[in-house]
Amino acid sequence: MKTHWQILVVDDEEVMCESLAAWLREDGYIVDTAASGREAVEKAHQRDYAIYFVDLKMPGGMDGIETMMQIRKLHAEASIIIITAYATVDTAITAMKEGAQEYIVKPCNPEEISLLVSRIIKVKNLQRENTILRKKLTRQYSVHDVISKNAKMHEILQLAKEVASLPSTVLIQGESGTGKELIARAIHNAGERASKPFVAVSCAALAETLLESELFGHEKGAFTGAAAQKRGKFELADGGTIFLDEIGDISPKLQVDLLRVLQDRTFYRVGGTEEVRVDARVVAATHVNLQQAVAEGRFREDLFYRLNVIEIRLPPLRERREDIPLLASHFLERIARELGRDVSEITEAALGVLMDYNWPGNVRELENAVERAVVTCRGHELTEEHFGFLARAAPAAKAWAVPTGASLQDMEKAVITATLQRTNGNIKESAAILGIDRSTLYEKIKKYEIPR
Amino acid sequence: MKYLYVGMTDEVDRGAARRVAARVEAAFGGPVRELELGSVEFAHDAARGQYASIPVLEMLLRRCPEDARKLLAVTGRDLFIPVLTFVFGHAQLGGKVGVISLARLEQEFYGLAPDREVLLERADKEALHETGHMFGLVHCAERRCAMSLATNIRQIDVKDNAFCPQCAARLRKQIGEQV
Repeated sequence: MKTHWQILVVDDEEVMCESLAAWLREDGYIVDTAASGREAVEKAHQRDYAIYFVDLKMPGGMDGIETMMQIRKLHAEASIIIITAYATVDTAITAMKEGAQEYIVKPCNPEEISLLVSRIIKVKNLQRENTILRKKLTRQYSVHDVISKNAKMHEILQLAKEVASLPSTVLIQGESGTGKELIARAIHNAGERASKPFVAVSCAALAETLLESELFGHEKGAFTGAAAQKRGKFELADGGTIFLDEIGDISPKLQVDLLRVLQDRTFYRVGGTEEVRVDARVVAATHVNLQQAVAEGRFREDLFYRLNVIEIRLPPLRERREDIPLLASHFLERIARELGRDVSEITEAALGVLMDYNWPGNVRELENAVERAVVTCRGHELTEEHFGFLARAAPAAKAWAVPTGASLQDMEKAVITATLQRTNGNIKESAAILGIDRSTLYEKIKKYEIPR
Repeated sequence: MKYLYVGMTDEVDRGAARRVAARVEAAFGGPVRELELGSVEFAHDAARGQYASIPVLEMLLRRCPEDARKLLAVTGRDLFIPVLTFVFGHAQLGGKVGVISLARLEQEFYGLAPDREVLLERADKEALHETGHMFGLVHCAERRCAMSLATNIRQIDVKDNAFCPQCAARLRKQIGEQV
């Protein structure tokens, strides 16, 4: 995957600059050129190149060594190769002392440059892999890791940043796969608690008694099998954040216990008599509509208000379709790299399939779909055939039968209502679909009192 | 109708250049036309005793016939670009012109006895490589593919006289788009 690495060639001699750039481009790298040290520094301001080839002797008051030092100030980890036609031991020593990774004399053997570049890129690839693995290991995601150009998502990310340093409880609501835990981790990592633990608990995964012990810990002998005292997740999250996923699924008894923790910041371990005090910020998440659960008496109203101090509602993927190409490209790059596959493109037709699909499993489903497509892909690009399984997975359209017992006016109202819903209330689009002009549509909306 | 052109400089071995033309025709879906290019002495660099490939490419752009899809020149002169000691060939990536040099493909260059078959096989591979660049292909990680980077003669000998399946597929797509 060379194409992701960018190289800057800096030389005041155009022919030298362009010929090296062209030679590197043939190797698949993206190569920019700069005709002076100043231009190179300007370009380094805009982009962090993997490798800089810098000519030692350049006019204009900024030679190769000075250029290198300026670039180093911007990108301490930059790999800089000094090239010169005038090799002296002194200049070589100076260049290396100032941080040049290599020093080559032109003209040089093609094998030398080729080996040099591939060695540096190999190290860069390992460094990047290392960063990704570390990030995965510690799951230190930030708001910048959330990929979206959707205005609503941007508002949410802004809110996440604003509330990160507050102690208030946050309730994240959204369908499965919308990234609730990612937002919770981003809030944790953007605040003052970032260096303290982030402890995630899936409330739906455990039975009531197990969950109680998991959250609050237990004393030795509290129940059969409790051979030793165990600290619960609340204690483990002391000073940090506890993320209670699927909070809507907890039992009425645990709802009471949780309410007490939120009110008093204290609890008892299962089987314990000693009060335990913790300072853990609570971020809860649910895929069910908690307000509705409250209305139906399945969830305590007082607990709901304790949790719902700051509310974040994550939109499903079908309501932020503009993010689908962005997310698909991001997953493709990451998955292809992880699987070692040379797949780098998604065709327009394939993107069309992704845009048309409803994504009930949201971003997680999209990620899985891209992985499945990459695994089955034998070429360099994902085509619509690679996403054929989505069409099979989509529920077949219900057979439509002409209703009997309804008036023509009822039918007309139903069709207009459904069309407006499909177009999110877009009059122009709805009128076009219905085959009537806009003024007629307005009249009918008024006549049937259809909400928009 | 557009043609692939194979150009020949004054001094080049006509038999070898015609063999290259036949290989290009077979690999890139001909037809191929031949073009006499004359001398490349204008590109001679006395200090290096070699020929600069960039002025050669510039000359090829000027000489490129109207009905040419691509023009690949074959020369017997040893080529270089300023930053490198030599190049086996040089082409515009995704462009119209390219050149290959037979100078370093001959066994004699390495102090060995002449072997015409070896020379022709190497010339075929270089012609595929540089023409591949003209069709937008970049270097391939598969060592046996004609598009793999060769910085010495051993690496050319390791290559097959063909593209790997992935490069072949890319090439078909590029040729389709450029027709």
